[in-house]
Amino acid sequence: MALLEVRSLTKTFGGLRAVEDATFEVKEGIIFSVIGPNGAGKTTLFNCLTGILQPTKGTVYFEGKDTVGLKPHTITGLGIGRTFQNIRIFPEMTVLENVMVAQHSRTRCGIISAIIRGKGFIHEEASIKEKAIEYLEFVNLSDLAKSPASSLPYGDQRRLEIARALATEPRLILLDEPAAGMNPQETAELMVLVERLRQWGKTIILIEHDMRVVMGISDWIIVLDHGIKIAEGIPEEIQRNPAVVEAYLGKEFTY
Amino acid sequence: MFFQQIVNGLTLGGVYALIALGYTMVYGILELINFAHGEIYMLGAYLGIIFLGFFTAIGLTHSNIILALALTFVLSVIFCSAYGFTVEKIAYRPLRNAPRLSPLISAIGVSIFLQNYVMLAQGTTDKVFPHIFGSSGFGLMNARITYIQVFIVATSFVLMIALHLFVVKTKMGKAMRAVAQDKTMASLVGINIDRIISMTFVIGSGLAAIAGLMVAMYYGLVNYFIGYVAGIKAFTAAVLGGIGSIPGAMLGGIVLGLVESFGASYISSEYKDAYAFALLIIILLIKPTGLLGTRSIEK
Repeated sequence: MALLEVRSLTKTFGGLRAVEDATFEVKEGIIFSVIGPNGAGKTTLFNCLTGILQPTKGTVYFEGKDTVGLKPHTITGLGIGRTFQNIRIFPEMTVLENVMVAQHSRTRCGIISAIIRGKGFIHEEASIKEKAIEYLEFVNLSDLAKSPASSLPYGDQRRLEIARALATEPRLILLDEPAAGMNPQETAELMVLVERLRQWGKTIILIEHDMRVVMGISDWIIVLDHGIKIAEGIPEEIQRNPAVVEAYLGKEFTY
Repeated sequence: MFFQQIVNGLTLGGVYALIALGYTMVYGILELINFAHGEIYMLGAYLGIIFLGFFTAIGLTHSNIILALALTFVLSVIFCSAYGFTVEKIAYRPLRNAPRLSPLISAIGVSIFLQNYVMLAQGTTDKVFPHIFGSSGFGLMNARITYIQVFIVATSFVLMIALHLFVVKTKMGKAMRAVAQDKTMASLVGINIDRIISMTFVIGSGLAAIAGLMVAMYYGLVNYFIGYVAGIKAFTAAVLGGIGSIPGAMLGGIVLGLVESFGASYISSEYKDAYAFALLIIILLIKPTGLLGTRSIEK
């Protein structure tokens, strides 16, 4: 059984069909890329998968469970983590706090235990912190744990977002253009990081414009154009697919 | 005289700060000025009279006054928190995605409703809060300090420190800050936003209830419109400190209390209410974000 099964997913905004009848499945443990020109509906697709938007039509099954209609925090709780194209860290928190807060749904102690500060509470706070530092070490940011998140350089903020997504303990991670705005060296490091995520057993769905990234690490690619899936396959097939070339470069001019 | 005004100002300021915290926390999370917040404070004062009256009737106040008072505080806090929780649920939550003006008008509606509800239930005449501490006190540095003043200052500072620790240190506090900074992202890291918003109203209302009770004990008189002036003053304190900022609300409340107290004694008590607003205008001219406010992000 596939980890994620999307059937006939459609999202319309008024008359605009942002995603139309998208059907695909994502097998466990792979790097799955979604590509397509700007405005193809890639981010809308992510928003539907994470519960930020409700699909107009269609079904989404994650580990066999129907997630349509669930709130974002419930879907996160099921095991889907995510990063954004425009970075959305919590700017007025420290790097460490950003990661600690993401373990919210994974811990039990609530307001009552916080007030009485029982043993369980103190123990739990300590273990949250310990785990947060592990995630920061994974993305190589543990040295900056105490810094305000907003003071980090751009590339570090992107990695912080990944650490924070990891802290929600997802089985599936959605990365929305993680290499956007990165220099070639940072992009190369990012590719290594994504590969390490996979080795760690995470399944990854990647939206990316940088074709070297996409073709280099993807196991499977789907191509969206104007909300419609126009192709899918392994990188070599996608590169040779005329429909894909046309979507990106326009129809070949013939005499 | 000088020290006396410091004590009076801190007493007043502690109360303003407790109410201001409710305004600022709700604003920080929903960008809503909860005009009904002053009424929660008023309800706290009335509930105090009701519960204390009940404990007096059953003889508990006579046999164990500390227990009677403690129970009065706890019950008033629970009831006011329930009011705050309910108000958010029925008056603000359905308007979460409405234009910003809608919940504001809804808040004014709740405020008018609660005032009239208390007026109908409790009458238009002042209610007397039982004298418990009386006016007993002690002298210190030429000032006369009553025990109730000590109680108010101590309680408000302890509560402020506790709230600060809660917000900075605990998991729920971190979740609250995350929701204030980016609601969508907060939900994507697994935080149930609705629960955090409810919790914010519960905490803010609880603090307002304690403020209402303490003021009722201090002045001895309660009526159904005390929430209006106290609400406006506390809102001023929140704006003064930088709306949305929790330490700002604390500082704003204290500063406002001191300014009022000093203004009333050194200039004229006729203009007692005007000092607060004069100060607000001056601060906002110099620093539009308030004393501790950070930049405001337009979304």
